[in-house]
Amino acid sequence: MEGYSQKWLMQRGEEINHGNSEEKKLELRLGPPNGDWSCGEKDESFYPFSYMSTTKGNNRDNHAQNFSSFLQLQSTAQKQSQRVQESVCTKTADLQSTEKKKAFSQTATVQNSAQKRTAPAPVVGWPPIRSFRKNLASSSSVKSASETQNVVPNKSANKKPMEICQKGLFVKINMDGIPIGRKVDLKAYDSYHKLSSAVDQLFRGLVAAQNDSSAGGNNEKKEDEEKAISGLLDGSGEYTLVYEDNEGDRMLVGDVPWHMFVSTVKRLRVLKSSELSTLTRATKQLT
Amino acid sequence: MAYSFPEEVLEHVFSFLTTDKDRNAVSVVCKSWYEIERWCRRRIFVGNCYAVSPRIMIRRFPEVRSVELKGKPHFADFNLVPEGWGAYVYPWILAMSRSYPWLEEIKLKRMVITDESLELISKSFKNFKVLVLSSCDGFTTDGLAAIAANCRNLRKLDLGESEVEDLSGHWLSHFPDNCTSLVSLNIACLASEVSLLALERLVTRSPNLTTLKINRAVPLERLPNLLRRTSQLVKFGTGVFSADVRSDFFSNLTEAFSSCKQLKCLSGFWDVVPAYLPALYPVCSRLTSLNLSYATCQNPDLGKLISQCHNLRRLWVLDYIEDTGLEELAANCKDLQELRVFPSDPFAAEPNTTLTEQGLVAVSDGCPKLQSVLYFCRQMTNAALVTIARNRPNMIRFRLCIIEPRTPDYLTLGSFDAGFGAIVENCKELRRLSLSGLLTDRVFEYIGAHAKKLEMLSIAFAGDSDLGLHHVLSGCDSLRKLEIRDCPFGDKALLANAAKLETMRSLWMSSCSVSFEACKMLAQKMPRLNVEVIDERGPPDTRPESCPVEKLYIYRTVAGRRFDTPGYVWTMDEDAAVSLT
Repeated sequence: MEGYSQKWLMQRGEEINHGNSEEKKLELRLGPPNGDWSCGEKDESFYPFSYMSTTKGNNRDNHAQNFSSFLQLQSTAQKQSQRVQESVCTKTADLQSTEKKKAFSQTATVQNSAQKRTAPAPVVGWPPIRSFRKNLASSSSVKSASETQNVVPNKSANKKPMEICQKGLFVKINMDGIPIGRKVDLKAYDSYHKLSSAVDQLFRGLVAAQNDSSAGGNNEKKEDEEKAISGLLDGSGEYTLVYEDNEGDRMLVGDVPWHMFVSTVKRLRVLKSSELSTLTRATKQLT
Repeated sequence: MAYSFPEEVLEHVFSFLTTDKDRNAVSVVCKSWYEIERWCRRRIFVGNCYAVSPRIMIRRFPEVRSVELKGKPHFADFNLVPEGWGAYVYPWILAMSRSYPWLEEIKLKRMVITDESLELISKSFKNFKVLVLSSCDGFTTDGLAAIAANCRNLRKLDLGESEVEDLSGHWLSHFPDNCTSLVSLNIACLASEVSLLALERLVTRSPNLTTLKINRAVPLERLPNLLRRTSQLVKFGTGVFSADVRSDFFSNLTEAFSSCKQLKCLSGFWDVVPAYLPALYPVCSRLTSLNLSYATCQNPDLGKLISQCHNLRRLWVLDYIEDTGLEELAANCKDLQELRVFPSDPFAAEPNTTLTEQGLVAVSDGCPKLQSVLYFCRQMTNAALVTIARNRPNMIRFRLCIIEPRTPDYLTLGSFDAGFGAIVENCKELRRLSLSGLLTDRVFEYIGAHAKKLEMLSIAFAGDSDLGLHHVLSGCDSLRKLEIRDCPFGDKALLANAAKLETMRSLWMSSCSVSFEACKMLAQKMPRLNVEVIDERGPPDTRPESCPVEKLYIYRTVAGRRFDTPGYVWTMDEDAAVSLT
């Protein structure tokens, strides 16, 4: 193992030394510069067994020989792509890269302070747990476990707090003109205000991206096109937040007390305010 | 020799081959075997519904009785695949309804199935028996009502972990009164209340019912009544496991469980009140499978229950079991084959339980048959992984999730390269592996060198260059599914190993360093791959070609590109131009 790591370091050293002279090999192609690095035979059969038999023996050595050139290409290519990423992706609405940044900053803090952990910033899909398990975790588990532990002698008090947590907390949310649906965890918010800013964050970038793409090749003007989605609750903005309740009726978000809303909401929708029927609006103004 | 046998004889011989692999092997022996085999193939498994079309399947296999299809990528389970991605089953159902009137079984995983499709199933196949929907969505209880009402010979209805829109609990009452064929009913994923009367009547008239998994909404008070009608049950999933504690009810419940003499598997246990767990003690010694992954209770209740299950082969549990509970498990359950430990609070900053590497080491030491592990924890060491690897060279599935990304070995502060290296080196039969914690490219060198039977690999937040991916793709001969997120893997390794991708079912890469240009080149080089770029920021061709794509899903196919892609998916064309759908 030690031997390997030294070899590794040497290779990396080589890579740095020779990096610049290899600049013109940067051009991306299917194989390495010399063309003999690829595993793929031209007339590759579709089926696994034939692939195995044709490629197994003869490529191992080639790999070893070509690692150094591979590394050079890789590192310079990566640098370049990073540069491009920095310059371009920050302009466009980029949900993913903000997630990435969060993840990076989070790990950085953890590594710097070994004794003190910070709360993990949310990374979509990590840790790899399904949403119904998240519901279990965020609601009943911690409390009920400690509660039941203490209350075992007279258990009658146990039932109620858990019933509240039974319903699914993730609801789907869609927005007019945005093909991609999302899910929001209502338990993460305790007020309409927080929900509406969450909705803003979820869709702001997508709306901007949508506008970009529909505007055509006009890439120059992207910088400040991310507008906040405001006025979701009082109908004063471009969009209004509505929901479908457990009876299938469409309601305006904000009409009933928060806890009642949470217990009856089935899915959310961000509608163009102009497309809300006048009838709904009238009801809203009456209340 | 082959031609001297009459077809009927060969057909009969082939009927003893039960695995898909063997059937596939037989079918490529010669033209006549291919012909005979395709006419007598009754079961089909399609691992990716876009790898082949219904038309091709039906053309080759005209007499199929059972179809199993899988749809979305595995990472869809963790919300990484945007809504509306695809995997619609309707075209399949439609085609099969015309060509397979005698179809008996449909099993779907991660597919979108509408009520319309369910209704079509219920009306098209006269002898329909088995419907399994694992992690599917798109349907409501209305669709289930159609299945219940029209499938007169239904044996199995398993909703797995599907996302069902719950319109009404009355769908259960659509099973006709003369429906007595049910063997297995799993409705554990439903959120709303089902009609308890209908449920009780249904199970009463199902003498062959051996599997019943009810949902959380069924109160514990109703269990004794239900169990008394179904004493033949082998697998049972409870609903909510809490009630006001009364001693007469407790003895009632205990009696009901003990009357189920065949009981082997238990699950459910939502909102468990520990005081009721002793009701299970009489059946503990019979149990081979116990799913306590929703049972939010702690030790000593948890340990006490588990330590009585001497014949346990599979245990799913929350991390409330802690190291001490796992030590008890190791001491008492010598037949254990599969262990899954889930986090009770995955988003907490601090550990909320004392579950460390030591619990897993203890189980690997005490349970000689252990071969499948899923373990969420917050600290791990290389030393522990090396011990586990040496203890259990028979390991087949090893999935370790150290919750915080890039966590180092807390003793040495180094990477886990050596630890996972030991796993792949010692466990020669390893088929599935998930990595986590701090990892450099070196771990992938070990994996490529040793994991020759690995079929599925999940990688997150690991590696430091393209080399990692290269090692995996060039080294893992049996690899079928590879899923990667947040790793600095890019164009070079992908393009250099392009041919490997045709031997695999699929490759998922998100938040990696693959450029749009490389995606296009890959598609040109490999016309039998579908290279799909998923980018919610808008068309990738509005960014520089070297800009990394958000998500990439690559799979081999004989059906060509798919035509149901949503607006955020771009399929790379074989000829250079990008087509915008």
